[in-house]
Amino acid sequence: MATNTRISNLPESANANATLSKEEVMRYSRHLIMPEVGMDGQLKLKQAKVLCIGTGGLGAPLGLYLAAAGVGRIGLVDFDSVDLTNLQRQILFGTSDIGRPKIEAAADRLRYLNPDIQIDQFETRLTSENALDILKNYDMVVDGTDNFPTRYLVNDACVILGKSNVYGSIFRFEGQITIFGAPGGPCYRCLYPEPPPPGLVPSCAEGGVLGVLPGIVGAIQAAETLKLIIGKGEPLIGRLLLFDALAMRFRELKLRKNPECPVCGEHPTITKLIDYAEFCGVRGEEAANPAQNTVPEIAPRELKARLDRGDDLFVLDVREPHEYQICNLGGHLIPLGELSRRVHELDSSREIVAHCRSGKRSAEAVEFLRSAGFRKVLNLKGGILAWSDEVDASVPKY
Amino acid sequence: MAVKVIIPTPLRPYTSKKESVELQAATVSEALASLTTLFGELKKHLYSDDGKLRSFVNVYVNDEDIRYLRGDQTPLREGDILSIVPSIAGGTQN
Repeated sequence: MATNTRISNLPESANANATLSKEEVMRYSRHLIMPEVGMDGQLKLKQAKVLCIGTGGLGAPLGLYLAAAGVGRIGLVDFDSVDLTNLQRQILFGTSDIGRPKIEAAADRLRYLNPDIQIDQFETRLTSENALDILKNYDMVVDGTDNFPTRYLVNDACVILGKSNVYGSIFRFEGQITIFGAPGGPCYRCLYPEPPPPGLVPSCAEGGVLGVLPGIVGAIQAAETLKLIIGKGEPLIGRLLLFDALAMRFRELKLRKNPECPVCGEHPTITKLIDYAEFCGVRGEEAANPAQNTVPEIAPRELKARLDRGDDLFVLDVREPHEYQICNLGGHLIPLGELSRRVHELDSSREIVAHCRSGKRSAEAVEFLRSAGFRKVLNLKGGILAWSDEVDASVPKY
Repeated sequence: MAVKVIIPTPLRPYTSKKESVELQAATVSEALASLTTLFGELKKHLYSDDGKLRSFVNVYVNDEDIRYLRGDQTPLREGDILSIVPSIAGGTQN
């Protein structure tokens, strides 16, 4: 155990933690020699309690920088396990962590970086039932989950509890960052009263993301969190920072508190947590994608058997050309978005099997073709992913 | 007035991958009408069935939200920049 060396003039009885050990002074020396942080700021960091929701792409740089900076207590919430597709951007994890619970791997990594801080582990999904209990013990919250139900849940919980919520969101090459729920500042519902209906906006799993983008956005969230704790600088409150990595350009828009906001406005109509899955319309896949359950399907093994038998089947691939390059079944490529104007390329007298990656886009294609008068159209159930699982394991999954 | 509309990444598939579009318009409403005439598929992403701008899409003239100006009747000046800013979420919804 390091002996505590008193450096500040604070009374000894002020707070048992209100000192830094000799080792801590050394560890944080590059902070301590800056007047904007100094001993006062570093002690504030040591006494700060920050809850990080999600330990993935945004949570990784965030957790690492908060731990490195000496934030005394960091809560982590995650229920997922590490998989191979995470490693392209989730830099808390290494290859040997595959299959481990993220929360365990993340806590180990942060403790390895800084053994002097307290890490609280919540291996759970954040829900309307547990959110207030988990959030109430922290000074502020950083949401790194980047999905709509959790975002509205965290927003409402922060407004109800009066806690700041350092927000970041990413898509492909583009990020948005701001602080919601600060005293007098706007909340997420002031910006977007309602989420988009499912299916209209793709996620990273569908839309992809440049690996370093969550690194940049998460690091900005970390910077804003540290500034809020030490109370220095101009916080990103009432300002929406937009970042475009492709153009390498930052822009800033004004963000106002909406007096009619249903949660933080003058006459709030939402005063307790609601059912966010229902609010965001993500109650099960069926609701999200009705076409997938109603169009006629063919199982991968059956398609294989029929092709081997020499049946006259026309395989239509409705993915994008860059996906075709990753792997394909030799089908005729017409991306879903081009189908309506290239429908003449198809022969309605032949039997057509449409496929995509998972079966979702091709279900839409089948529905469209049937409405256009095609009688013999089938959807490959589970798409190329299921083909890889059930027919040909040499086809890579992505 | 010649104005520039900045298209966000999620909507670029509907604007032939264009990052921005220059057009002539005197109001926000005119600018969006001319944009959705140029790119028909964009319409359902910007407007709901009843013709209102969708609640997860915000439009800014320079750095100000049109909801705090004069809505889609906000007048435009030469060189104004319109930004379409939809809500984004890259994480998985589970």
